Amino acid sequence: MKLIAKIEEKFFKVLMILSTYFILAILALIIYSIFEKGVKSISWEMLTTIPSGGYYYGKGGGILNAILGSLFLAFGATLLAFIIGLPVALYINVFLVKYKKAVNLIRFILDLVWGIPSIVYGAFGFSLMIFIGLQTSLLAGILTVTLFILPIMIRSMDEILRTVPIGLMEASYSLGSNKSETAFKIFTRQSVSGIITAVLLSFGRAIGDAASVLFTAGYTDNVPNSLMEPVATLPLSIFFQLASPVPEVQNRAYASALVLTLIILIVSLFTRGLGKRYHKTKINF
Amino acid sequence: MYLLNRQQRHVVNSTWMIVSLMLVALLPFFLFLGLYLKSFLLLYDYNIFDLIFSREWRPSAGKFGFYPFIVGSIWVTLVAMLISAPVCLLTAIYVTQYTKKRFLRVMHPAIDILAGIPSVVYGVWGLLVIVPFISRYLGPFFGVKTMGYSILAASFVLSIMIIPFVLNILIEIFRAIPMELKEAALSLGATQWQTVKHVLMRKALPGIIAAFGFGLARAFGETMAVLMVVGNVVKLPKSLFDPGYTLPALIANNYGEMLSIPRYDSALMFAALILLAVSLFFNLVMHFFIVKFNKY
Repeated sequence: MKLIAKIEEKFFKVLMILSTYFILAILALIIYSIFEKGVKSISWEMLTTIPSGGYYYGKGGGILNAILGSLFLAFGATLLAFIIGLPVALYINVFLVKYKKAVNLIRFILDLVWGIPSIVYGAFGFSLMIFIGLQTSLLAGILTVTLFILPIMIRSMDEILRTVPIGLMEASYSLGSNKSETAFKIFTRQSVSGIITAVLLSFGRAIGDAASVLFTAGYTDNVPNSLMEPVATLPLSIFFQLASPVPEVQNRAYASALVLTLIILIVSLFTRGLGKRYHKTKINF
Repeated sequence: MYLLNRQQRHVVNSTWMIVSLMLVALLPFFLFLGLYLKSFLLLYDYNIFDLIFSREWRPSAGKFGFYPFIVGSIWVTLVAMLISAPVCLLTAIYVTQYTKKRFLRVMHPAIDILAGIPSVVYGVWGLLVIVPFISRYLGPFFGVKTMGYSILAASFVLSIMIIPFVLNILIEIFRAIPMELKEAALSLGATQWQTVKHVLMRKALPGIIAAFGFGLARAFGETMAVLMVVGNVVKLPKSLFDPGYTLPALIANNYGEMLSIPRYDSALMFAALILLAVSLFFNLVMHFFIVKFNKY
C-alpha cells in the first residue's frame, strides 16, 4: 500500500511538471512557427505600401492599409472606451464605496459582459449600425470595438482603484474636496500606473480582435481619410490573404501574422514596463 | 482658469459618471434586445424548436436548421475542454503548491503572452502546425484519411487558447486557499500529494468547476481560429477527424451574403442570440460556484 502511495506521489508530480512545461513549450512553438514562416516573406515594401492592383494574385504592394487601419481603429476605440470607462471605474470606487451590494452587482454585470464572445458584439454592432444609418466604416468599427473592450478596461481599472486605501479618501474629504474632485484628482493620480496598464491591455485586445469588426469596419485597399470610410484591419487582412490560392499571397499572410504578433508583443512589453513606472505621484502607505 | 466653478464642475463630472455607468450596466440588455429584435423576423415565422433541432440548412430555400452548427460547437468545445482541463489543473497545482514564488514570476508573463496572442494568429498557427500534423501523422496513425481540417484540429487550437484564461482563474483559486489548511494536513502526516488530493482539491472544487465553466463559455464563442481550421462543412460530424461547422463560424463566414437572401440576416442574428444566451447562462451559473467557493 505504501509503495502504491509513493508511486502515485511521484506519478502525479511528473505529470504536473510535464503539463507545466507543455504549456511553455507550446508558447515557444507558436512564437517560433509564426516567426519562422513570417520572416521569410516579410519585406520593407510590404510594411510601407498599400496593395497595388492585383495584389491578391501575387503582384506588388503591401499591407500598410491594414497596419494603419488597425492602429486607427484601436486608438479610436481605446480613447472612447477610456472616456466612458474611467468615470465608471471611479464612480464604483468613490461614490458607491459604501454600497457594497450595488458595487458587487455592477462588477457582476461587467464580468458577464466581459464573457460575451466578440462575434456577438460584431453582430450587435452591425444591427446598431443599420439602426442609426451608418455604412460600414471606421466609425462603426470603433463603436463596436469600444463596446467590446469596455468591460475589460473598466474591470482592470477597478482592480487597481479598489486597492486605494480608504484613508486617502478620508484625508481628501477632510481637506474639503468633494467626491468628484477626490475621484479625478486623488484616485486617478494614485493609480496612474494601473490605469496605463488597463489602457494598454484594452489596446492589445482592440488591435487583435477580428470577429467584432468583420461586419462593421468593412475592408478597403486604401488608408481611410475620414471616420466615414471603410477601413482594413490586420487580422482580417491575414484572414483574406490566407483564403487566396496563390502561394505568394499566403506567404504574405504569414508575414502579416508576424507583424500582428510583433505589435502585440511590443504592447505587452510596454504594459509590463510602464506599469512599474509612474510612482512619482503615488503616495506610499 | 476654469470655465465653471467647483460646484458646477462637480455636477458635470457626476452626471458624466452616472451616464457612463448606466450605459455600461444596461449593455447586456441592449445586446439582448438588439439581437432579439433582429432575429424576430425568423422567430415569427418558425418554431424555435424546429430551428434548433432541424438539420437542413439551405437559406435560399428558406430552410434554417441550426442543429449541425450547434452540435459542431458542442463537440469542438467539449473536446477542447477535455484536453485543456487536466493540463490547466495540474499546472495550477504545480505552480502554486510545489514551486517557489520565483517560478510564478516566470510563468505569469508566459500566460499573459498566450492570452494576448490574437485569435487569428492562433488560427495561422493551427494551419501551419496542427492541420498538417493531423493529416500527415495522426490521421494515418488511426487509419483515417483526413485533410486535417477537422473537429479535432479546432479543438486542439481552442484548448491552447483557453489555457491562459482557465489557468489564471485556477491559480487565483489555489492561492486563495488559506495556508493553515495545508499546514494542518501536512502536520497530521499527510504527504504533499495527499494534501493536494484530499484537502486542497476538495476545498477548491467549486472554484475548479467555475474555472472550467468559464473556459467552456469562452471556447463556445471563439470565432476566427476555429473558423480557419474546422473545415466549415455543414454536416453532422461522426468522428473527431470529420470536418464540422460552428455557430460563430457560421456568422463570420456568411456576413457578406446575408443581405441578399430573405431572412438570412435574421438567421445569423439568431445564431448570435444563441451564443449570447449560452454565454450569459454559463457565466451566471459559474458565478454562483465562485460565490460558493468564497463563502467557506
